[in-house]
Amino acid sequence: MPLALNEEQRMLRDTARDFLQDNAPVGLMRQLRDDDNVKGYSEDLWQQMIDMGWPAVAIPEQYGGLGFGFVGVGAILQEAGKTLANSPFFNTVALGAAAIIHGGNEQQQADLLPKIAHGEMRLALAHEESNHHKSSRIECQCIINENQLTINGCKQFVAEGGNADLLIVSLRSQPTSKSAAGITLALVDPKTPGITVKKITMIDSRNYVHIDFSNVTISTDNILGKAHHGLALLDKTLDHGRICLAAEMLGGAQAMLDKTVEYLKDREQFGRKIGAFQALQHRAAKMFAELEIAKSAVIHALSAIDHDEDLAMVASTAKTLANDTYRLITDEAVQMHGGIGLTDEMDVGFYLKRCRVSIQSLGDSGFHKNRFATIQHF
Amino acid sequence: MTDLTEFKQQTTEWLEANCPASMRKIQIRSEGVFGGKQFTFPSDDAKLWFDLMVDKGWTAPQWAKEYGGAGLSNDEAKILNKEMDRLGCRKPLIGHGLWMLGPALLEYGTEAQKLEHLPKIARGEIRWCQGYSEPGSGSDLASLRCKAEDLGDHYLLNGQKSWTSDGDKADWIFCLVRTNDEGIKQEGITFVLFDMDTPGITVRPVPLITGESHFCDTFLDNVKVPKDQVVGEIGKGWSVAKALLVHERTMMADIEKNMPKPKYSVDDYAKNYLASDDNGRLDDGLIRDRLAEHMMRDSAIKLTQKRAFEEGMAGDFDMRVATIFKYIGTEEKTQKDTLITDMMGMAGAGWDNENFSVDEQTKTHEWMSNKALTIAGGSSEVQLNVISKRALGLPEI
Ligand SMILES: Cc1cc2nc3c(=O)[nH]c(=O)nc-3n(C[C@H](O)[C@H](O)[C@H](O)COP(=O)(O)OP(=O)(O)OC[C@H]3O[C@@H](n4cnc5c(N)ncnc54)[C@H](O)[C@@H]3O)c2cc1C
Repeated sequence: MPLALNEEQRMLRDTARDFLQDNAPVGLMRQLRDDDNVKGYSEDLWQQMIDMGWPAVAIPEQYGGLGFGFVGVGAILQEAGKTLANSPFFNTVALGAAAIIHGGNEQQQADLLPKIAHGEMRLALAHEESNHHKSSRIECQCIINENQLTINGCKQFVAEGGNADLLIVSLRSQPTSKSAAGITLALVDPKTPGITVKKITMIDSRNYVHIDFSNVTISTDNILGKAHHGLALLDKTLDHGRICLAAEMLGGAQAMLDKTVEYLKDREQFGRKIGAFQALQHRAAKMFAELEIAKSAVIHALSAIDHDEDLAMVASTAKTLANDTYRLITDEAVQMHGGIGLTDEMDVGFYLKRCRVSIQSLGDSGFHKNRFATIQHF
Repeated sequence: MTDLTEFKQQTTEWLEANCPASMRKIQIRSEGVFGGKQFTFPSDDAKLWFDLMVDKGWTAPQWAKEYGGAGLSNDEAKILNKEMDRLGCRKPLIGHGLWMLGPALLEYGTEAQKLEHLPKIARGEIRWCQGYSEPGSGSDLASLRCKAEDLGDHYLLNGQKSWTSDGDKADWIFCLVRTNDEGIKQEGITFVLFDMDTPGITVRPVPLITGESHFCDTFLDNVKVPKDQVVGEIGKGWSVAKALLVHERTMMADIEKNMPKPKYSVDDYAKNYLASDDNGRLDDGLIRDRLAEHMMRDSAIKLTQKRAFEEGMAGDFDMRVATIFKYIGTEEKTQKDTLITDMMGMAGAGWDNENFSVDEQTKTHEWMSNKALTIAGGSSEVQLNVISKRALGLPEI
């Protein structure tokens, strides 16, 4: 599997870099935060991303997409991570489109994928039910009765859930002791009667909601994949999300490393640049090395998506390395900036906060190491 | 069929037909084939395998035929390596000559020097050692003081070299000496080659924590070295030394690739030595976590080497990344050795060969000897200095 970007992918990366640096610097994110913007993203920016065809990047050509694959998605997200640019892109493409590409029937694909490609539809995955990411312990219940499906329960921390035009909801359709069976995924319009959406504010200032389902009834046409056998699709979808989120995280880590090194070359104490202190040099050097190996794990995992390889191991490896590297670098960034690193005026804190939420999203390192060990039978 | 597919098929057939079964088993360090005049083969099979490979030129597959190699292209050499790995074939020959001096001579040697020394390296006739470090010059290698006095057609050497690995077993030495005391310390260093039998050389083995004494103090007392044994320009030995260090570091960064393939993988040790529950899940949660983390990092490091290569081919490589490999590769390797011996418990701390298997002794031994990986060839701290300066552009300390 290729680990280097090809020419088209490099062009996409470079375009994304230039565009986001110019149009979505960290200042934009700061503005959204200051304005208490409920959406957590700029409609203008999203519209420009649509105009450039970004939502279409990973959609197959037959559905109006560009067929560029997820290496392309990762390249965009890495650049977005650098400036903390938020938009519906990640949840719509990395989770939503992935689920529909791999689990949608012909009708669903023909109906939804072109809309995603054209930026007419924003999706979110309503999956978590507690403070910690889990893949299969689902209690939100659905009862399938002839051609109807009734949902009761709640979902928590749904990223972009308040902005989504359509939700993908993971449900327990068969009460069973074995958590692996009896899971069904469904496409649910958030405006369906019986749904209550409650906005929550997280430290990264993005859009998150809790969603309550009370006797929500929809047609079984909305089942995504096979009823009761949705776990494999759910896992595959989550793996797409984990890998793509890891790409975004590395962008953030890169920006923080660059900013910190810049600061080390600028700030003086004891009559010299603090970057001349070896205690700081070595730590900065380690950050650089860690980031480079994490990049390899992530590009490998993105490439695995496009080559239709098994994703579990590579996704868990990519997310673990991204988690640990982003944390190392943001923690060190604050420390090496000294007191000023704690001020709201500096951007460092925004990365620190985004890092914490990203780590907890789609599995922290403990979760992924446990999963990796289980798959490896130890 | 493309040329490469054909090459692969022929290579596989040849290896399968010619590599003795005993040469496809786990190898301990004492069974490594280093060559040289003093060397005795550990078995008849080792000798047979070595001779066959020498005939093919496959001890140094990429060197030209007139230098004792087989003139293989990059792609062909890769195939050969891969097939040898896959079939578990032992390396027919290892050592400083192949890994370090050879590549440096190819770059800096005169044609006469190449024709003289490379074939003897490839055929395992001459074993080489490295005379860089001195008692006062370790990390700060350029401060070296071993004196070379110009006496017309030859130099007269006086001084001491330390940590000369296998100095007592080697036939020749590549050595850094000072031909000029003035100016900055990197200038005035000259790279010379000489026979360890030259009068005036005393070698004293130093016992190590492993119980072996694979490195030596080397004393030079009026040692005569003809001037045609200088590699590169006089006073410009630092460039040769640095180029050679790059090969040394590359080799150390992925030491496992350059050493015989181990019999067990790291997770095998968990299964062989630790208790698990009914689902095969290790009882010791902390070890389980460390093992998963190591396996992930190890794969990421190997992928980074691959990525660097591919990005290089695509013209999209950030050269700064090349500075991390020695540091990150050797650090992870020593973590791995610690993890394995931890998993073995007391069996990873045994010394005798009655109560501990060959594999156990080997692992315990490796844990100790691989401590050298993060020290020799530029310590981890020195590597971090290099990254800070060259990759990050941070100011001088
Ligand atoms: C098994 C083994 C085999 C060897 N074989 C050979 C051989 O065949 N030929 C040969 O010539 N040499 C050989 N060496 C020597 C090796 O190259 C040196 O050990 C190495 O260069 C370090 O030098 P030193 O041991 O003098 O340590 P020192 O340089 O004294 O270092 C001591 C400590 O100080 C740290 N330190 C030093 N400078 C700095 C700095 N600028 N910033 C931060 N920290 C610093 C080091 O990282 C280390 O932790 C071998 C060493 C070993 C362990």
